[in-house]
Amino acid sequence: MTRYAAPGQDGALVTFQPRYDHWIGGEYVKPARGQYFENPSPVTGETFCEIARGTAEDVEAALDAAHGAADAWGRTSVADRANILNRIADRMEANLELLAVAETWENGKPVRETLAADIPLAIDHFRYFAGAIRAQEGSLGELDDDTVAYHFHEPLGVVAQIIPWNFPILMATWKLAPALAAGNCVVLKPAEQTPASIHVWMGLIADLLPAGVVNIVNGFGVEAGKPLASSPRVAKVAFTGETTTGRLIMQYASENIKPVTLELGGKSPNIFFDDVSTANDAFFDKALEGFAMFALNQGEVCTCPSRALVQQGHYADFMAAAVDRVDAIKQGHPLDTDTMIGAQASNDQLEKILSYLDIGRQEGAKVLTGGERADLGGELAGGYYVQPTVFEGDNAMRIFQEEIFGPVVSVTSFADFADAIKIANDTLYGLGAGVWTRDTNTAYRAGRAIQAGRVWTNCYHAYPAHAAFGGYKQSGIGRENHKMMLEHYQQTKNLLVSYSPNKLGFF
Amino acid sequence: MARVDVTPAAADLIRSLRGAHGPLMFHQSGGCCDGSSPMCYLEGEFRTGSSDVLLESLRVDGVAEPVTFWMSKSQFELWKHTHLTVDVVPGRGSGFSLEAPEGVRFLIRSRLLTAEELAALQ
Repeated sequence: MTRYAAPGQDGALVTFQPRYDHWIGGEYVKPARGQYFENPSPVTGETFCEIARGTAEDVEAALDAAHGAADAWGRTSVADRANILNRIADRMEANLELLAVAETWENGKPVRETLAADIPLAIDHFRYFAGAIRAQEGSLGELDDDTVAYHFHEPLGVVAQIIPWNFPILMATWKLAPALAAGNCVVLKPAEQTPASIHVWMGLIADLLPAGVVNIVNGFGVEAGKPLASSPRVAKVAFTGETTTGRLIMQYASENIKPVTLELGGKSPNIFFDDVSTANDAFFDKALEGFAMFALNQGEVCTCPSRALVQQGHYADFMAAAVDRVDAIKQGHPLDTDTMIGAQASNDQLEKILSYLDIGRQEGAKVLTGGERADLGGELAGGYYVQPTVFEGDNAMRIFQEEIFGPVVSVTSFADFADAIKIANDTLYGLGAGVWTRDTNTAYRAGRAIQAGRVWTNCYHAYPAHAAFGGYKQSGIGRENHKMMLEHYQQTKNLLVSYSPNKLGFF
Repeated sequence: MARVDVTPAAADLIRSLRGAHGPLMFHQSGGCCDGSSPMCYLEGEFRTGSSDVLLESLRVDGVAEPVTFWMSKSQFELWKHTHLTVDVVPGRGSGFSLEAPEGVRFLIRSRLLTAEELAALQ
């Protein structure tokens, strides 16, 4: 076991500044209205830094900087841009532990996750898009002997990115890497719950990017996010969050006729067919881990496997083993490498989860384990902790239909394949799903029948670059994590060229 | 019989936001991050349409006009058996909701509607 020193203590790997301004045009700029807000760590509930409270004036300044840099950045060679992305990745790799501790202190998640997932995935993401942009080619169509249609990729220019709080650095990376690779400049607004760790990242890599290519405006959605998302000076808006704000961003974008990409969450089914339990072997063990994955990142994942569908034939035995696996989850100090589940990211998130534990019980769902706020005592007493919770109930209940965004799974049984697919698809969303079976035909047919953008098959919660990630139904628009995201950050220029010396003869 | 009520603390906040900004509306969100939270906007900021349901026009003492409470029709189908109470808690909720800069966040508390209440609402 290792316990990393908390920021501010002796021996801490990372030191947060007492105050973060906006990062605009390659330097820190004070907020136009001079206001700041406090940023607490969810680990203890104590404030650890102040953050600039951005407004429309700050957004305009950031857009000025981005537009000033866009022409030159868009003309850099893909080799140059790829080299810069690779250098960013190298710099992050050399500071992996520092970034992991910063991210854990900011978000509350266990450091074993930031060390093994968040930061390594972010590093790889920059490398993936460095490679993808080098390999991308335009196309040409030979229409006839005299006429050729050339298709070029061009950057959009200046794009807006609004980042969620559940993976502050990784989600920023998912958006930054393709946008920068494609030659865009970015104005990025971090979530107001988790605004500081991205500045630690920026401080590490700032010398690698030309001034104005990445700009960070902090602040609240209504004060900084809205002027950014509604600005006619951005060529595209990328947002991860919830449906009402997603719709509002589409409405703003419609006023300016700009594209959006949206990732708006889900209520992902995780399906365990009877044959999972035919042997007590490595695969069975893996499936139990797959069940417990709802607790990863305290359940604050858009693809949290928050509905478990377990076939009736093995339901009793499988659930007994699954609850045992959940009961083995160690809750504790997020900076302790043995801790498996940390703190929820904010007090309002904690309160919302508790409100769902309440309505779940009212609707008659049975608590198989957990079901309460966790009081870890000591310095963690003011933090935001929830016990991993397993409900048993019916898919019509609200806990089966709404994204709780906490360590809560709602379990129901199914009779056969058709029943499983019916329940799986009985949701407004379609972002992720899991299928567990030893039968490859069942796995294939279930994966194709589920209306979701990502179906993990005999695995869950893997997020490698090179596998497209995005939603069906109300879960959003666009596919991240894959080279196809490049085209969401590019215009297509068609040059239609005639090599004939002769006129058409019309005039 | 109302589908949606507000707690005294939420009513205080609504009065204060109304005074600072103007007439207000709510749209109940769904999905990830701050999904399932009620979003408070200036009336008309969020354009509702045929895919939305007006659950309530909330009467709040000291606020001249009703505060509308909306939800998407598809989400309402899944929520219609529950009564909602708008409350407020300390927090930093994201999204574009008006109260976030005040260091507080609107929150929905739910209870099941009784058979009599459901009949009265239909």
